[in-house]
Amino acid sequence: MATTESQLEEQQPSVGPGEDEADEEVETRVGWRYTLAKIKRDATARIGLYIVAVVLFIATFAAIDSNVARLTFGAVQDYPAARALPIFDHPTAIPPPGEANANAPPAFVDGGTLSHPLGTDPQGRDYFTRIVYGSQVSVSVGIVATAIGLIGGTIVGAISGYYGGKVDDVLMRLVETLYAIPPLVLIIVFIVFLSGGSPDIRYAIVGVGITFIPVFARIIRSRVLSVREMDYIEAARAAGVKDRNIIRRHVIPNSFSPVLVYATLQIGVTILTVAGLSFLGYGAQPPTPDWGEMLRIAHGRYMHSNIWLSIWPGLAILVTIMGFNLFGDGLQDALDPRIKN
Amino acid sequence: MSEPLLRVENLKTQFFTESGTVRAVDGISFEVHEGEIVGLVGESGAGKSVASMSLMRLVEDPGEIVGGEITYRGETLFGLEEGPDGELRERDEMLSESEMRERIRGREIAVIFQDPMESLNPVFTVGGQLREFIELNRDLSSGEARDEAIRMLREVGIPDPAERYEEYPHQFSGGMRQRVLIAMALACEPSLIIADEPTTALDVTVEGQILDLVDDLQDRYDTSFVWVTHDMGVVAEICDRVNVMYLGEIVEQAPVDELFYDTNHPYTKALLDSMPRPDRTVDELDPIEGVMPEAIEPPSGCRFHPRCPDAREVCTRVHPETLEVDRADGYPHRTACVKHDVFDVDYDGSVPLEPGDEAETRVGGTGTEAGADSNSSSTGEEEPASPDGGDPQR
Repeated sequence: MATTESQLEEQQPSVGPGEDEADEEVETRVGWRYTLAKIKRDATARIGLYIVAVVLFIATFAAIDSNVARLTFGAVQDYPAARALPIFDHPTAIPPPGEANANAPPAFVDGGTLSHPLGTDPQGRDYFTRIVYGSQVSVSVGIVATAIGLIGGTIVGAISGYYGGKVDDVLMRLVETLYAIPPLVLIIVFIVFLSGGSPDIRYAIVGVGITFIPVFARIIRSRVLSVREMDYIEAARAAGVKDRNIIRRHVIPNSFSPVLVYATLQIGVTILTVAGLSFLGYGAQPPTPDWGEMLRIAHGRYMHSNIWLSIWPGLAILVTIMGFNLFGDGLQDALDPRIKN
Repeated sequence: MSEPLLRVENLKTQFFTESGTVRAVDGISFEVHEGEIVGLVGESGAGKSVASMSLMRLVEDPGEIVGGEITYRGETLFGLEEGPDGELRERDEMLSESEMRERIRGREIAVIFQDPMESLNPVFTVGGQLREFIELNRDLSSGEARDEAIRMLREVGIPDPAERYEEYPHQFSGGMRQRVLIAMALACEPSLIIADEPTTALDVTVEGQILDLVDDLQDRYDTSFVWVTHDMGVVAEICDRVNVMYLGEIVEQAPVDELFYDTNHPYTKALLDSMPRPDRTVDELDPIEGVMPEAIEPPSGCRFHPRCPDAREVCTRVHPETLEVDRADGYPHRTACVKHDVFDVDYDGSVPLEPGDEAETRVGGTGTEAGADSNSSSTGEEEPASPDGGDPQR
């Protein structure tokens, strides 16, 4: 065994001087930094990335000085993120109604004022404030509901694929049953069933999350079917690792990247779905400032008298979803080693 | 002789497939003593890997261990008995699945797999995986396990172990990965390591280094090995005793020198003739004719007879047990070939088979319905080859 001994001795002294070499920046082609750089190189993906970043930033850190309706980033205690889970309870998110100037037009239209840049709603609340706080609702709804689908789908898909046989049959038939029902109908059934007749955004999130379990479960399962045949799974089994830990440590991490990409695309779909539910009256209820709910009010009675009430939330939804979709597409390309850009 | 570390008796593993029952391992018996490297040799499909996985009770569906007994240090890893209703059932003292997992796999018996490229999880660092295995099987804290992992990496000859600890499997070469796998197997200080063709995927230079490493580590840790391979060269290099497998059966079992210099079974001889040897000069290598038949419907009589140069008529009828024909270094030399006098079946008086006859027998014996009939009738004629009808193994 002279070779290994001598190799060791050769290598041992070089540890010291080797350290300053390690400081030099080495071009690595793996890891999130590289992925991010790759996304930035693709123009459309870059736009998506920026939109997502801006929306996330506003949703997380923006607070509103409700006297003059402008974004403030100073007072930390006002940050929605500093308050516990903002979407469920919005006492401060709703600016007090100003009786004097209900239904005011945006600032750049005759009769508008700079203190209400996007005008006010029929109750006299500042519309800009509501749109900004609406981003919190949309983003958290999109992320939470997608996370429910992602986690549920990952567990179901991984168990189903790993064990196979009867377990697989039962789980997959259940998943396919869910898959066969039109999603919106299914979600409304879930909401009505869960909420007992008084819909709320929380039930909408859970309903949407459950409805998206099948798509994630199927993607994960198809990956797990190939991953479970790998030697390292067999090796883990031979080392006495429990099935539960094999699934958690070895199967899921190796099956995860396609679902992760799918999840970013899915966030956009989820936001749109929840906005749609709110629009139909099954999602957020007044006075929660949700874009879908704002559209419902605006479209119902004020479509002709004040078109701006419909335009702003519609634009907000459009831009946000476009951002997530472009970003998701870019991520997909960036993570696919066969595509070079 | 002292009680062996591992005793396998009449182990049978079968796969229940749609096209029939595959008798992948069909009644093999062998022993592994402390500090010994025991080879399991044979062509692809001989059942070597299935046999080694059966030792850990890790045969996957549709496969199942259907008979035999595996004893490790007096503990029954597998054993069946006849229940009151006449059905075979697992014996009470057989270890449960969770006992196997917690006490045996990894801790007592570890495995080194064939393909080092596939045997490490690509998403975690090499060190992290090694540490996980150590934490799992030895009661060490996370920090101690890390130190131990680095020590093991150094032990198997990985340069700069502390730095390499943080690297991912794809940053390692094949030989380095195989070293990591050996470190993983050794890390839990098992008494027995099953090495399933660990050097097959490596080139010859690296193979040589790995064999040296194993030899060295084996001296130091006194670990026993079951070494699965198809390479007689590797066998000669590191094994103490060898089991030659053909179609699910052990056809010859002997200490390594004995096997090479006093070859008793025509199959072993054919294997040796089919590889280049430094101690013999030949003009042309002599490959084994034909391919190994399917284990679903093995040939009648001796399973090797369709390819055997010494086959005679009696070989198609008599299925030879693996009997002791000689002794060397205190170990038996067992062979399953009726050529030897222990088998009293009148081999010498039997007519030699023409190669042409054989081809027909084999074609008739597979596939068609008529073939299936003739096969089952010929199985009916099979005679047991034990001289006294008793258990020949004792």
